[in-house]
Amino acid sequence: MAEREVVLEVDSLVRHFPIKGGLLRRGRSSVQAVDGVSFTLGRGETLGVVGESGCGKSTLARTIVGLDAPTSGSVRYRGTDVHRTSARGLREMRRSVQIVLQDPYTSLNPRKTLRDLLAQPFEIHPDVLPRERRLTRIKELVELVGLDPDHLDRYPFQFSGGQRQRIGIARALALEPEVVVCDEPVSALDVSVQAQVVNLLRRLQRELGLSYVFIAHDLSVVRHISDRVAVMYLGKIVELGERRQVYERPRHPYTRALLEAVPIPDPVGRDERARTLLAGDPPSPVDPPSGCRFRTRCPKAEDVCARTEPTLEAEPGTTEAACHFPHRNSLARLGA
Amino acid sequence: MNADEAALSVRALSVEFATREGPVRAVRDVALDVYAGRTLAILGESGSGKSVTALTIMGLLDSPPARVTSGSIMFEGADLVTATERTRMRVNGEGIAMVFQDALSALNPVYTVGNQISELLRVRRGLSRAAARAQAIELMERVRIPAAARRVDDYPHQFSGGMRQRIMIALAVALDPRVLIADEPTTALDVTVQAQIMELLTELRRENGMGLVLITHDLGVVAEVADDVTVMYSGRIVERGTVEELFQRPAHPYTRGLLRSMPRPDRQDDELWAIPGAPPSSLHAPGGCPFHPRCDAAVDRCRSDQPEFELIAAGRGSACHRSQEVFDGRA
Repeated sequence: MAEREVVLEVDSLVRHFPIKGGLLRRGRSSVQAVDGVSFTLGRGETLGVVGESGCGKSTLARTIVGLDAPTSGSVRYRGTDVHRTSARGLREMRRSVQIVLQDPYTSLNPRKTLRDLLAQPFEIHPDVLPRERRLTRIKELVELVGLDPDHLDRYPFQFSGGQRQRIGIARALALEPEVVVCDEPVSALDVSVQAQVVNLLRRLQRELGLSYVFIAHDLSVVRHISDRVAVMYLGKIVELGERRQVYERPRHPYTRALLEAVPIPDPVGRDERARTLLAGDPPSPVDPPSGCRFRTRCPKAEDVCARTEPTLEAEPGTTEAACHFPHRNSLARLGA
Repeated sequence: MNADEAALSVRALSVEFATREGPVRAVRDVALDVYAGRTLAILGESGSGKSVTALTIMGLLDSPPARVTSGSIMFEGADLVTATERTRMRVNGEGIAMVFQDALSALNPVYTVGNQISELLRVRRGLSRAAARAQAIELMERVRIPAAARRVDDYPHQFSGGMRQRIMIALAVALDPRVLIADEPTTALDVTVQAQIMELLTELRRENGMGLVLITHDLGVVAEVADDVTVMYSGRIVERGTVEELFQRPAHPYTRGLLRSMPRPDRQDDELWAIPGAPPSSLHAPGGCPFHPRCDAAVDRCRSDQPEFELIAAGRGSACHRSQEVFDGRA
């Protein structure tokens, strides 16, 4: 097997948002949105990131592409620290690491035509392409993502949700990036349109050799598109591994509960399905539980879980899981 | 009461909205039967008319711009379309109740949740302040809100999304309705919380013998909890059947396309099956069959003639010129 060429390296990434003192300015607390996340992304690979709302997925996405600065830790794109590079280095990096946002309704300027929207990246980075060649490139992009080149003068409201997401993807690809962070790219779309966009992203990856960080809460979509999967809970990765292992032999109790909660689109045998229903909701990231953050909802928690925080560890041929009592058997149900 | 008789029967219901660009027919010719103790899922995407159908049943649409142009909604011998305001007031809550998708905007932010539940009980059941409060706590316990006696004095913003949805459900079942309509009750919630809420709804349905109408776009949720399924597209019913039959043997190309487009663990490396195009806006619905521009089985007829909803087998119906062929796997 060829050696894996790492394009993106996230190391001990932390992003805390301080909460401004209340009425009495007591204690400085902070929202621990991302709290020590590390992973690497290889060329042409897709890392899926799953987790529930408030687990820090979107903050992670914004910090990777440089829209937000980390409290500590680093994001390296091909060896260059994204947040500590020169202004010039940052410009360079921004061309290579792009983001596709969830909501194609609010992320496109409603007063700009498709032509303007796609010309914008070249205005910000004028040295990429001389002015006279831009229109040709814009038309190429439009065709690449499956839009109609005759619609260049239309405004966002004249496109459907799926088409708008295609515009968002075309914009992200305009400067020929190597890494694209997709933050919930299909969750705002109609079910019948989601598959189109997932197929498009996969085709573009094959054709252009892109690497994706694919953030989503839909576990079946993540399973379809990812090579490796990271499961986040309250700002931390609790399990990380090759897709198949994460879905079939998950070791962390949270991963298992998450997979077991996914409804299976097949009514046959539904009454016999095993399901561990987690109690309650995720705790607040302002004051996360001591030790293991999942222990307050965990069916396996013991005293040690409150005292010592487990670190990500793998056994030969398993996922990395941050749990004192990892599961060893495979998941009974074939869900997600 | 006859057990086979539907608790709620909708027939030939059509709803129109007046807009600047002319009337828009949001719901056309919809028929539904809701049975006690069963769950009916209405499956559809945005603009399919599923929520308008629910709001019409509840009488919650402003008229104008909305107008019921035809049809009936029969509940306990009364037609709710023509019923007096008084009948309507009695039916809502006691007869039919509704749970909305977004609990935060459905609850009043300036009253405690206990206040909101008690008020309903005092007005509708004539309970005293103390009795209403006691029953509010009981209801909160029934929907599994931990430490209900303490939390009864909290405001909606002090609860998590899942807990707020439970409070909405407590309000909806407070008057023991015969039919509960839940409009995308778990769409805004995380998957672990979604599973809890679906289980709660199913349990309440069983305990109270309610008819549950579940409005959703999620095939997984339908497969897990529904008994009967009605599929809507562009304001019309395109297919109907029991959940097992419909998933096993769809009789409309739209249902078939939706089922095929689900990512499957055993086919990870294939392209996903995708229905081309996007759902039409109700303002510019295409002529003929509204699904024909996206349909992989469309023939000339589909571009000009609107297919009628027809029975193809016991309890199965589809609005497609080629429904029998689709049903038999020949198209």
